[in-house]
Amino acid sequence: MLEITLFYVAATVALVATVLAMTRTNAIHALIYLIVSLLAVAVIFFLIGAPFAAALEIVIYAGAIMVLFVFVIMMLNLGEKGDQQERQWLLPKIWAGPALLAAVLFAELLYVISTVEGPVSTTAVSAKEVGLALFGPYVLAVEIASMLLLAGLVGSFHLGRRYLERDGFDDGSEK
Amino acid sequence: MDGLNIPLNHILLVSSLLFAIGMMGLMIRRNIIFILMSLEVMLNSAALAFVAAGAHWGQPDGQIVFMLILTVAAAEVAVGLGLVLQVQKRFKTLDMDHANRMRG
Amino acid sequence: MRELIWLIPLIPLLSSVILMLAGSRLPRLMIGITGVGSVGLAALLTLTTGLNFMANPEPFQVTLWTWMQVGSFAPGVAFYFDGLTLVMMSVITGVGFLIHLFSTEFMERDESYARYFAYLNMFVAAMLVLVMADNLLLLYLGWEGVGVCSYLLVGFWYQNSANGQAARKAFIVTRIGDTAMALGLFLLFTELGTLDIQAMVGIANETWQVGDNVALIACLLLLAGAVGKSAQLPLHTWLPDAMAGPTPVSALIHAATMVTAGVYLIARTHGLFLLAPEAMMAVAIIGIATTLMAAFTALMQSDIKRILAYSTISQIGYMFLALGVGAWTAGIFHLMTHAFFKALLFLGSGAIIHCLHHEHNIFKMGGLRTRMPVTFWSFMIGSAALAALPMTSGFFSKDQILLQAYQMPGMGPWLWLAGLLGALLTAIYSFRLVFVVFFGAAKTEPDKDTGWRMAVPLTVLCGLSLIGGYFIIPVQDVFLAGSGDHPAHWVEYVSIAVPLVGVLLAYLIFHTGQLKVDGVVNSKVGQTLRQFWLSGWGIDWLYDRLFVRPYYAISGMLKSEPVDAVYGLIVAINQTFNHWLSRAQTGRMRWYIVSMVFGLVVLLTLALQISPEVL
Repeated sequence: MLEITLFYVAATVALVATVLAMTRTNAIHALIYLIVSLLAVAVIFFLIGAPFAAALEIVIYAGAIMVLFVFVIMMLNLGEKGDQQERQWLLPKIWAGPALLAAVLFAELLYVISTVEGPVSTTAVSAKEVGLALFGPYVLAVEIASMLLLAGLVGSFHLGRRYLERDGFDDGSEK
Repeated sequence: MDGLNIPLNHILLVSSLLFAIGMMGLMIRRNIIFILMSLEVMLNSAALAFVAAGAHWGQPDGQIVFMLILTVAAAEVAVGLGLVLQVQKRFKTLDMDHANRMRG
Repeated sequence: MRELIWLIPLIPLLSSVILMLAGSRLPRLMIGITGVGSVGLAALLTLTTGLNFMANPEPFQVTLWTWMQVGSFAPGVAFYFDGLTLVMMSVITGVGFLIHLFSTEFMERDESYARYFAYLNMFVAAMLVLVMADNLLLLYLGWEGVGVCSYLLVGFWYQNSANGQAARKAFIVTRIGDTAMALGLFLLFTELGTLDIQAMVGIANETWQVGDNVALIACLLLLAGAVGKSAQLPLHTWLPDAMAGPTPVSALIHAATMVTAGVYLIARTHGLFLLAPEAMMAVAIIGIATTLMAAFTALMQSDIKRILAYSTISQIGYMFLALGVGAWTAGIFHLMTHAFFKALLFLGSGAIIHCLHHEHNIFKMGGLRTRMPVTFWSFMIGSAALAALPMTSGFFSKDQILLQAYQMPGMGPWLWLAGLLGALLTAIYSFRLVFVVFFGAAKTEPDKDTGWRMAVPLTVLCGLSLIGGYFIIPVQDVFLAGSGDHPAHWVEYVSIAVPLVGVLLAYLIFHTGQLKVDGVVNSKVGQTLRQFWLSGWGIDWLYDRLFVRPYYAISGMLKSEPVDAVYGLIVAINQTFNHWLSRAQTGRMRWYIVSMVFGLVVLLTLALQISPEVL
């Protein structure tokens, strides 16, 4: 019973936090709401018997990736002017159409998942099981993922280095 | 605890909602940072659906796909943020509607 | 000496190259010396080679290198020298030298002096290659070479677009014949396996019986080439228009040498033609028909150069007649004498045109006898030779042709009669020219008389036209001797008398005016005939209706590319889609995202519609 209650609370927190994150005008505020949303999802993971995934969600998603965002936002030094501009961009006439599209899509998804029945398993899938499957049948996927990460590393290094070399970041921040 | 477990379709409902919200953010925001964040939300919602499905069957595969999504998200964010820096430097703005020079 | 005959075409060619590359920087005197000197040198070399050959009349061959080797096809750059070659080379270099010398004065005011001599020298080189070639492929090279030079020189004064049109006409009409000739060469090679003329004729005699169909087709194809080049019916229409070129060019190319290349070709391959009697008959008939057609036309023209052009067509018709009846020697002999007197007449007309402010109309001349005595005597002698008055060179050659035509079994006497009619007309139109231009009242005053560079070639050619008939051309080893017996004496007397009658008629009509022909000319029939002949028997008109206009009509139809319309439709559809799709590519990322989401919604809806049970 506690688990179910916890799930609904976590789900509510996740949804509210995401909505807030999507509507903020300040990037750092949005980012913090996003982290809250991710942590709530991590709770859901924990509740549905995926403690390893929950740990990864916190460590990598909420930790590493979001910190990356924070660094970049700090480097860009957006300030008040950016806030006002963002507010102008969030007028109803801008988001009405996309909202309709998103609603339609959601309705369709709802229709699709309406046929799904049954609860999730209570027994947790341990990290050991995940590790065995990862380096067993999914080893090729691991290799591909490693290559993807290498490509991301090279790409970001290339883009970021040219930014720093050509037009000194310090100059940009002082403006 | 039987019968009191979390229903799968409720989790999928949450996942769908997250996906829809993320997609809306993607469509309405003009700031590239927010676009990247919306992408993260969408990826995360897909990950949630996978993990939930894996939990439904009591198998580790869902979590493995979650890890792969994590990898994709990490790589995407790394490159995406690099691009953010370049866009800021070139156009002096983060408005994606200004960065439309590649039009055909 | 014999091994060095390749120098003879090489020297004019080198001179041509020098003039092309450096002509604009050389002084006029140097250009003249180079242009004339190279041909003079070639003439001297020809003379020494000829003397050497006369002492030891043995045909010889000089192979320089193998041109190309493709399987068994290995034509060499090889020259063959015998009596026929010697005659042709003498005419080309000898007459060519005189015309070059004449040109230095005729063209002295022209700004493209070097270009003129470059083309003219190149022509001499190409013509020499044509007559010296040991195989038909090298001959074809020279054949096309002279065609190109003819094109360049007819259109020499290219600023006037009419000249360019004439040049193109000359090139395209001869091209019809040249294409047929190329087909003939292909046929000969596939059938006989070689293009070396001497070997080929030998093999042909072993392979084919007299009257063989393949031989007939091959000969007719060669004949078509010859007809095109020598301006015979039905491909003669280019020659009168080719008179747009400078007059010495008309003398050299369109009277003395290039147009006789067809005669040379048939004479050179006469071994093949002997195997196809029908082809020879065709040669004779084309020859006599051309003779009469051109003679009637010449009678009506008023442009001095066009009269001479039609006269040339007519005289080459005589040569074809000679070849057709097997009188090879007579044909070549007439070629040589014609080169002398027709070059003389053309140069004489050039001198008149030069001194009369480029006046071409003979009825605006007149009374030039006392004002331009050298030219007058040149014209007198040239016309006498052309009309074949006794003791002139033309008399000997034309007489031989007519007599041998008479002896031809079957059609002989008819050909002879037609030839006589041609001779009568020749006498009338040539002396019409003399009487109208040189006698009577002066209508245009010449502003100068000929200089020595014009007078010397005229004088030399006068001499040649007079005594050329006494030359004995060394072709007895090349051609089989004709039958030795002579026809009845009255035939000969008639042949001598007819031209004299013609001159008398011309004298009465055009000089004294005692014979009134106005009534006949002004009658309705006379006027119609006059118009008909003036327009060259309406052949240009006929070709215009038969080929040119349908061609234009088809071109007009194809101009809109009806076949391409199908492909154009495909292109248009693609372009439309491209237009639509490229509009979608705005470069605005949010637009892309929205359209992606829209597509996603649509696809999902479709998937749910089509197979809901999968989900």
